[in-house]
Amino acid sequence: MRIAWGFLSGLVFGLGLVLSGMADPAKVLNFLDLTGRWDPSLAFVMGGATLTAFIGYRLVWRRSAPVLEARFDLPTNSRIDRPLVLGAALFGIGWGIGGFCPGPAWTALPLLAPGTLVFLPAMLAGLWLGTRIKSLDALMTEGATL
Amino acid sequence: MEMAVQSKFTPWASLAGGVLIGLSAVMVMGLFGRIAGISGITGGFLGALVPMRGAPRDRDWRVAFLLGLVAAPLLMMLSGGTVAQSVPGNLGGMLAAGLLVGLGTALGSGCTSGHGVCGLARLSRRSLAAVVTFMAAGFATVFVLRHVLGTV
Repeated sequence: MRIAWGFLSGLVFGLGLVLSGMADPAKVLNFLDLTGRWDPSLAFVMGGATLTAFIGYRLVWRRSAPVLEARFDLPTNSRIDRPLVLGAALFGIGWGIGGFCPGPAWTALPLLAPGTLVFLPAMLAGLWLGTRIKSLDALMTEGATL
Repeated sequence: MEMAVQSKFTPWASLAGGVLIGLSAVMVMGLFGRIAGISGITGGFLGALVPMRGAPRDRDWRVAFLLGLVAAPLLMMLSGGTVAQSVPGNLGGMLAAGLLVGLGTALGSGCTSGHGVCGLARLSRRSLAAVVTFMAAGFATVFVLRHVLGTV
């Protein structure tokens, strides 16, 4: 059940990426090219997605718990700290070079473009490294407060 | 990024695709009580492959979600649709881009979906700060690459 629903959720997300044009790095890069071949489509994707999630979340949160888990598990950290800003800046630079963020990199995989086949493993390596750095950092902060 | 490909402005298709992405985020929240952040979901998949402290433990639905993502363009093509795509062919650039995207989304705890769609829908200030930062960095990077260095 969990597997089927997880698959279906991913499929809907992926169809949204393909239909919206966001699976195409050229379209993303042109959105980021304000002074050049600007293509505002990405703003419509973000707008449609955020508004739908805004309304849908509020409907779903009327339940006491999600359907397949014991409770809702939402991020509790609300601090705007250094890892957040540094991480987002690094992500933005990579996004501006390749035109891929994590979702579109996955939907591009079956088309097997050479750029995708280099990008995706590099992204996994970066994710692994970043998660390690963050957990070390968290350990050190914990140590400092003890 | 040796050539800038023209792209057509597609407000309606993009809006409709955005609604599907939002719907998927609502499904993940309603079913699993989680944020549909692709970098976090990918972290769960990675934790199943290699030992990784701090990776999410509920891997089953995350791996299935990624399979769904990969299946989407195939389904589109099988049903007679086309998947337009133009991936930059500069492999060194793509290597650097992939590393930066992975490292950055891990450190910053999210990407376009987790901070962008889901975080903004939750009215999270932290996510808004992340979105403003990565958008600004993206605009600046493309400006430098295309209009200062003129690599395109």
